[in-house]
Amino acid sequence: MAGLEDLYREIILDHYRSPRNRGELAVPPAHRVEGFNPLCGDEVVVYLEVNDGVLTDLRIAGQGCSISQSSASMMSAAVKGRPVEQARKLIRSFKAMMSIHEHSLGGEDSTEDPEDQSEADTLKPEDLGELAALQGVVKFPVRIKCATLSWNALAQGLDEIAAGVLPLDRT
Amino acid sequence: MTTTVEAGPLDVTALRREFPILQQRSHGRRLVYLDSASSSQRPRAVLDAMDHYYETTHANVHRGVYAIAEEATRQFEMARRAVGRFIKAPRPEVEVIFTKNATEALNLVAHSYGRHLLPDRKAILLTELEHHANIVPWLMLAAERGVELRYLPVGDDYRLDLRDLDRLMDGVGLVGVSTMSNVLGTITDLSPIVQAAHAAGAVVVADASQLVPHRSVDVRALGVDFLAFTGHKMLGPTGIGVLWGREELLDAMPPFLGGGEMIRDVRLDGFTPNDLPWKFEAGTPPIAEAVGLHAAIGFLESLGMNRVAAHETDLTSRAIEILMERHGDDLKIFGPTTDLPARGGVLSLAFRDLHAHDLAQVLDAEGICIRAGHHCAKPLMRRLGVTATARASFYVYNGEDDIQALSDALDVAAAFFG
Repeated sequence: MAGLEDLYREIILDHYRSPRNRGELAVPPAHRVEGFNPLCGDEVVVYLEVNDGVLTDLRIAGQGCSISQSSASMMSAAVKGRPVEQARKLIRSFKAMMSIHEHSLGGEDSTEDPEDQSEADTLKPEDLGELAALQGVVKFPVRIKCATLSWNALAQGLDEIAAGVLPLDRT
Repeated sequence: MTTTVEAGPLDVTALRREFPILQQRSHGRRLVYLDSASSSQRPRAVLDAMDHYYETTHANVHRGVYAIAEEATRQFEMARRAVGRFIKAPRPEVEVIFTKNATEALNLVAHSYGRHLLPDRKAILLTELEHHANIVPWLMLAAERGVELRYLPVGDDYRLDLRDLDRLMDGVGLVGVSTMSNVLGTITDLSPIVQAAHAAGAVVVADASQLVPHRSVDVRALGVDFLAFTGHKMLGPTGIGVLWGREELLDAMPPFLGGGEMIRDVRLDGFTPNDLPWKFEAGTPPIAEAVGLHAAIGFLESLGMNRVAAHETDLTSRAIEILMERHGDDLKIFGPTTDLPARGGVLSLAFRDLHAHDLAQVLDAEGICIRAGHHCAKPLMRRLGVTATARASFYVYNGEDDIQALSDALDVAAAFFG
């Protein structure tokens, strides 16, 4: 049985207590995306600025549990200053790491995840640096949504920027 | 069937032995179940009644002419009468409708009464402390019919603020109100609301999901027009809920879901609905669940609802004492802490600056089950200024040892997150 220490690794608690890149950016020029976890009511707000294909700045606002807050903080540290394509690769890799639990549910796709096709373009957990500390979350399936909340918001934001959606277009 | 009601306080130790699930251990510890407001556990008597039904007499109801079908029908209709007696319904045989859960019961009223009998240009009055089940069906109706929705506010004392009741009631055709908050534990003082509603010509729809399992309920004394509750919060099975309604209203209402059972005649160009209550029970109903609910009611009646209520008031009082004495500076209780008989055994908590999910996770490792989140009451959470709370809720199988375990585990959580 998974113990609490599998979930709350020291690096996670550190990011929870001292979150990185916390704050807001002026919109525009920054892009603002909200993510909601319907399970617990947590919300994360991701501000991102992309210039010439590079994620030049990123800030995290909102509130949530230690897992959602530390995941957002670790994400911000991992993608800030990186080219958008690298950020997307990190998002894919992180979500692949978080989808392992599908196997335990015994669904039809449990042995053959369609996302495996892109496996060649994802990083293994051991290559994710301190993000790998969040791997223990998959042993607590209810908390996976906490961990992926900010990543989904970031993905949505990058998609919207690529599609030319202005923040004011959304209601 | 005669029921012997014992006197004096509940014997929690003996009661726990009746609940198989409470015999197991969680993370190597005694399972401390403090989430009955979400769903209660079932005694052996309920499980046995459902097994016995399936093993001896299951068949579809109101159809077969053979012996086991007659018996299944008899048991199903006996359950309806037991439910009706439990809430003092004047005519259980026509006024008690079985649904999937309380949510479906409320949706039934919103669809059937709300779309067809709620007069044009009449508003709907809800309260800020409703569960989503008593908000969303009305939001859907409002979007469809352009009905105005109003809300009775929650005061700083965690009770409904009725100071503006008369003004808010003006022009209202339907009132939806929770009889007990699943977040705050507040028991609603219904009588001024019912009086004002009826004076305005409005009907009152009560969500009694949290009250019926824990208090003696008399629909005539409450004065409401509809009452919804669910089986799985009152020691019964999942998959069965109840709508009680005044016969004359139910009679005037068109059917909700269409299908078998709810018709008297079907032609290629139309249908004639069945009589009450079957008019509202389309398709094969939850038969074994009705049998299980009947057994759950028998179990509660043998304990005596007044003893159940006294036990929970006592436990809530001890919980507030123990928790505040030991963790007072670190703990905030969202809900009334005085006049305890006017609140149920539901304690919503904030502990230090810990997120409710993190707290619940540490408590789980200690074998303690509590609910963490918005409790399907997001408008109320906004009113309270939080996104989530940790909630402990009590039932007949909880004792002071559970409160001690909770209190000890708060220390563990405090140490863990530092």
